[in-house]
Amino acid sequence: MKLTREEIDRIATLARLSLTDQEKDKFADQISVVLTYADMLKEVNTDTVEETCQVTGLEDIMREDVEEPVSEETRKKILSQFPKKKYDLLEVKAVFDNKN
Amino acid sequence: MNLNELTIAEARKGLDTKKFSSVELTQASLDHIYERKDLNAFVTITDEVAKVEAKIADKRITKKESGALTGIPFSVKDVICTIDVRSTASAKILDNYIPPYEATVIKKIRKQGAVLVGKTNCDAFGHGASNENSMYGPVKNPYDETKVSGGSSGGSAVSVADHQAIFSIAEDTGGSIRQPSAFCGVAGFRPSYGRNSRYGIMPMASSLDVVGPIAKTVEDIALLMEVIAGHDTKDSTSVPDAVPQYSKNLNTSVKGMKVGIPKEYMELEGIDEETRKIIEEKIQSCKELGMEIIEISLPLTKYAIPVYYIVVSSEDSSNLGRIDAIRYGVQVDGTSLINVYANSREQGFPEEVKRRIMIGTYALSDGYYDAYYRKAQKVRTLIRQEFDEAFTGVDVILTPTSPFPAFNFGTKTDDILAMYLTDVFVSPAAVAGIPALSIPAGKTQSGLPVGLQILGPRLAEERVLQVGYSIEKTF
Repeated sequence: MKLTREEIDRIATLARLSLTDQEKDKFADQISVVLTYADMLKEVNTDTVEETCQVTGLEDIMREDVEEPVSEETRKKILSQFPKKKYDLLEVKAVFDNKN
Repeated sequence: MNLNELTIAEARKGLDTKKFSSVELTQASLDHIYERKDLNAFVTITDEVAKVEAKIADKRITKKESGALTGIPFSVKDVICTIDVRSTASAKILDNYIPPYEATVIKKIRKQGAVLVGKTNCDAFGHGASNENSMYGPVKNPYDETKVSGGSSGGSAVSVADHQAIFSIAEDTGGSIRQPSAFCGVAGFRPSYGRNSRYGIMPMASSLDVVGPIAKTVEDIALLMEVIAGHDTKDSTSVPDAVPQYSKNLNTSVKGMKVGIPKEYMELEGIDEETRKIIEEKIQSCKELGMEIIEISLPLTKYAIPVYYIVVSSEDSSNLGRIDAIRYGVQVDGTSLINVYANSREQGFPEEVKRRIMIGTYALSDGYYDAYYRKAQKVRTLIRQEFDEAFTGVDVILTPTSPFPAFNFGTKTDDILAMYLTDVFVSPAAVAGIPALSIPAGKTQSGLPVGLQILGPRLAEERVLQVGYSIEKTF
C-alpha cells in the first residue's frame, strides 16, 4: 500500500508542513513501510479489549479554577520570546484571509 | 583520579570534607567538556551560570547547609526546559528559545544546589535511537568514535560516560535513556510513568514520556530518584504515592528473589551473540547472589514496536502542533499565516520529526483512527496485562537493553524500520509504563559496552534499584 501523492499532500497540509517534492516521494514510501509493518497488529484479537489511554489509573484530577499571578519579570521574558510584536502585542498574519 | 571522574556519592564526601570545592569540581567538568568538544555531547555549555552556581554551592557547604546534590555539576537533555537557559530540543525551530520557566525535576535538583554545566545534544524532540537526528550534529560514542552514542539522549549518556558531568537528567519515551546508557556503559533509569513530574518537558508522546536520571552507579541513580520523584500539582498524571528512601534501602538482600528471563528476548532473531553471552554471564551472577532464575514467556513482545511507533507518531503529531514559531521560536516568513507555519516547520524540523508528524497525522486522520491508533492502544492493554501476569510469578525481569552494541554512523539512517527495531527490548516497558533500569553488563571483545535491563512491576522502583545495585557489585 503506497500512499498516493494526493494523500501525501493532504496529510502535509493537515500537518502544516511545506514538504519538498523529494521529501514527499521519500515519505510516501517510508510511511507505507511503517503502516504495513503496523498491520501485524491485526493478528491480535482485541474484540473485547479496552484501549489503554493511560497507565496510572488516576481519575478526575481537578484543581481550583483560580488565576496564578505572574511576575512582571516573567511577563517580560515571555514577551521577549515573541518572534514578531508591536508594543507588548503578538503580531501575526491575518487569520481570516479572503483568498483562502 | 580527576575530580570530574567521581560519582555523586564520592563527590559529596569530598565536598563536605573540604577536600575540594564545587568551584574546582565544576571547573574540572567544564575543562573536560571543552577538551572533548569533538564528541559533541552539548548543544549549549553554561559556563557562566555554572561558575556562579558553584560559588553559591561552596558557601552553602561551608555553612553546612548542603543537600545530596549541592555543588555537583550536571547536564540536562535539551528537551527539558531550564529557566533563562536556551532549550532547543536539538531542533533549529527552537534555536533561540529561552524558557521563562523551569521543569519541576530541574527545579528540585537546582534547589539542592546542583550546578548546571550545560544542555545536552539529542535526537531532535527525542525522535531517534542514534542521535543522528539532531540538527546540531550527531554525538560520538566515547568508546569508539566511529560508532553512534545511541539515542535519543545521546549527549546525556556521553556527558556522563566521558566524565563531562557527574550526572544527567534525561527523558525516555521508548528507550531514550536506557539505550544510549547501554551503548555508553553508564546506568540509566526510566521510572514508572507518573513517578516523576513531566512539567516543563517538551512533550513527545504524552502517555509514554518519563523523566529519569543517567549516572555512573545505581547508588547515584537512587540518590537522584529521591530528589526528583514525587507528585506535582503541575502534572495531573504524576502519582500521589509516597516516594521510598531509595538510597537507604539499596543494600536489602535480593536472596530468594525470583528473576524472570523472557525467552522472546534472549532468542530474538538477529541478537548479537556476544551480547547474549554477556547477559547470560550476568544471569549466572544472579544465581550466585541467591536469586532464583525462571524462564518466562512474553509472546506479545514482538507487537510492542508497532504499538509504540503508532502511539508515538500519533501523540507526537498532536503535541508538535504547538511548535509553530508564532509565540516563540524561529519564524520563517510566508505569504499567509498557513505558509508561516508550514515554512517555519519545514526549515526548523529535521526529516525524522516531519516523518513522524506525517505518520501520526495519517494514523489519526478520518477513517484510519480505528485501524491504527485505537488498535494500537488495545494491543497495548494486552501487553500491560502480559507483564502484570508475569509479575505474579517473578519479582523482576532481566533482559539485554539492546540486541546489539553501538553501531556505525549512517548504517540505519535510510532503513527506518531497522532503526525503529533497535528499540525492540526497550519499548515494551515503555508501553506498559513499568520501571526499567539499564546497567553496564560488560564489554564486547572490541571494547563496546553492553547493557543489562531490569524490569519491575509498576511503582516497584525500589526493588529494581536493589537488584541493580546487587548485580553491579558482582563486577
